[in-house]
Amino acid sequence: MSIEWYIVLSSLLFATGAVGILIRRSPIVILLCLELMLNAGNLALIAFSRMVGNEEGQVFALVVMVVAACEVVVGLGLIVAIFRRRLPLDVDALRELRG
Amino acid sequence: MSVSSWAWLVLLLPLLGSLVVSFGFRAIPPRLAGAIGTASIGLAFACAVAVLVSLLGEEPESRRHASSLYEYAGAGGLDIELGIYVDQLSAFMILVVTGVSALIHLYSFGYMKSDEGYHRFFAYLNFFVFSMLLLVLAGNFVLLIVGWAFVGFASYALISFWFRRTTATKAGMKAFVINVVGDVGLVLAAFLIFQQIGSFDYATVFETAPQVFESNQWEVTAICLLLLVGAFAKSAQIPLHTWLPDAMEGPTPVSALIHAATMVTAGVYLIARSHELFYLAPTAADIAAFAGLATLLVAGTIAIAMTDLKRAIAYSTMSQIGYMIMGVSIGAYAAGLFHLMTHAFFKALLFMAAGSIIAAMANHQDIDRMSGFWKAMRFTSLMLLVGGLALAAFPLTSGFFSKDSILSYAEARGGMYLWMAVGGYVGAFLTAIYTFRLVFRVLPGRPCEEAQHLIDTGELYHGPPLNPASEEREDAEVGFPGPEHHIAEQSRSMAVAMALLGFGALFGGLVQVPGVDNVLFGFLEPAFEGSPLAEVHPSVGHEWRGLAIGAAISLLGIGTAWLLWVRRPDLPGLFRKRLRPAYLLALHKWYFDEAIDLLVVRPALAVGRFANGVFERVVVDGLVSGTAGGVRGAGGIVRLVQSGFVRGYALLLIAGFAGLGLYFLVVST
Repeated sequence: MSIEWYIVLSSLLFATGAVGILIRRSPIVILLCLELMLNAGNLALIAFSRMVGNEEGQVFALVVMVVAACEVVVGLGLIVAIFRRRLPLDVDALRELRG
Repeated sequence: MSVSSWAWLVLLLPLLGSLVVSFGFRAIPPRLAGAIGTASIGLAFACAVAVLVSLLGEEPESRRHASSLYEYAGAGGLDIELGIYVDQLSAFMILVVTGVSALIHLYSFGYMKSDEGYHRFFAYLNFFVFSMLLLVLAGNFVLLIVGWAFVGFASYALISFWFRRTTATKAGMKAFVINVVGDVGLVLAAFLIFQQIGSFDYATVFETAPQVFESNQWEVTAICLLLLVGAFAKSAQIPLHTWLPDAMEGPTPVSALIHAATMVTAGVYLIARSHELFYLAPTAADIAAFAGLATLLVAGTIAIAMTDLKRAIAYSTMSQIGYMIMGVSIGAYAAGLFHLMTHAFFKALLFMAAGSIIAAMANHQDIDRMSGFWKAMRFTSLMLLVGGLALAAFPLTSGFFSKDSILSYAEARGGMYLWMAVGGYVGAFLTAIYTFRLVFRVLPGRPCEEAQHLIDTGELYHGPPLNPASEEREDAEVGFPGPEHHIAEQSRSMAVAMALLGFGALFGGLVQVPGVDNVLFGFLEPAFEGSPLAEVHPSVGHEWRGLAIGAAISLLGIGTAWLLWVRRPDLPGLFRKRLRPAYLLALHKWYFDEAIDLLVVRPALAVGRFANGVFERVVVDGLVSGTAGGVRGAGGIVRLVQSGFVRGYALLLIAGFAGLGLYFLVVST
């Protein structure tokens, strides 16, 4: 299989995640979409790694996974905190930072 | 010890006295503070005598010593040493300054006894003497400027010594502002000297000046004119004189010390010190001489009209300094300095006597209220008479010899300087009249209320404490004159100081009697050998002819005063009526205050108002608020982006990266 297929799939995944972030209001879904985008990146990294023939891309994919795990920890922590304070789980309602 | 170490001691002692009194004022009892102040100046005088003795032990040509503590600033040709320069001129000046100051400290010791600010007074007084000594001992123009400015500050502090008296603080400010005008002139002159010659050091400047400048080259004329601005402001010469009469708001010993004997002679010293430059700029020297002549005549006429005892003496000081400035400007250096010395004696004495009388008058200074003090205060009256005789150049007193030595030099130089001699003799006539007007109105006659009180009870008269200038009621607390001042009859320290000065005023002239001795000129003249003008010597016969004219004029003036104020007391009133314009001119001090107000103060205020109304409000405020408005407007636009929607930020981020990606795509293909 040529590299194009992997890149097309990765781009589709990334676009799906980005659109999800832009149009959904639930923080949990936004987190899921973020994961989608990160993994689109991972897919591209591994595909390129395979094409070039060394393992550096795979190492980066592992690093990205670690970062994604950390990000999920923080994001879910925030969601739990919002839930605990009985605030609506709606990112549009949380706009105190408006300038 | 060498000459310069003695000179450093002269400088150190008053500084030490000032520091001890000002930092130890809580621990030191008042009388001790006065004693420390007086002793430090007395010791400085002793050291000054030691300087003189060591100088006399050397050859007249080698009596020049420069000494430096350390290099204050040195870079790229700049050579500012913290150094002093001792020659005949500065040795003479430190002798006069410390000698007269020591006596005035002694006088203040008694006079100010009841004042709340006794410590402060002596701290200021010592600081003043230190500054003045720094001024005359400085070895370069930078240190001279430092001393010059210190003296200005000390004068300000002492004039405003009674700091809760409005008239005194205003007079202090006036003196300070006019002195700063002079400081600016002096600083600019020093810059110009450095630019032209490349050094601030006296020895270098005066040695190389004749090679650098041609006669009357504009640079040297500019330097001399700027030096004159400084000299005129300090020495109260027209048109920078208006501060001196107002400075009489200070305590009387201050008037005696600063505004008669020492500070106001700084200008005379400056011209004598830079005589090499003035010789190269005859135009500037002539301007100085004419200003001196104008001052001596104008101040003489004003002094006749003044009814305030101290202000009349102040105008007399201006007039006498006019003689000195004229003398040192036309080349009679030694004669001008001789008059400086005798004037220090008799003018300090006159002020001391005036202070004693004012103390008996419960601080009133108006001579219209005074009479009959001969019966009430014999010693003070005698001293006033002695000072008056010396000031009026009565034959064989000190002023007689010194004034005529200036005038006979002017006569010997001839040409237009002959007219200066004539003007000087007219001034001498005025001097005799106004001096004996004071004497004849204060001493003889029926004792006034205050004098009678002193005779009857032996105590000083106590009126309500009033400001003599504005008739406002005052307290007798800190910042105001104390409950009373003291008179020489009841204070030994005052009497001793006055008696010693009286001796100097009577016999101080005998150091330089034409044809008899040549002590002072013989000592001073080697310091001026660089100037060909010092070669001009009137013959002894000429000098005695001048002395005879001077004696006749003096006696004539005293006689006129006697006629006007003793024999025919109705005449002055008649003159006032007949010569009303002339009288008003003199009474209003030739309208100099009004002229300065009109020509300087009001334009300066108008410029200030214009700057405030147009420049400050429109241009500066416009720039500031314009900048602020611009930033605020730009912020308002940027604020729209900060919507608070997380998705909005995400959109921006994605759009940004997409744009960036597109850009690279376009660039790469």
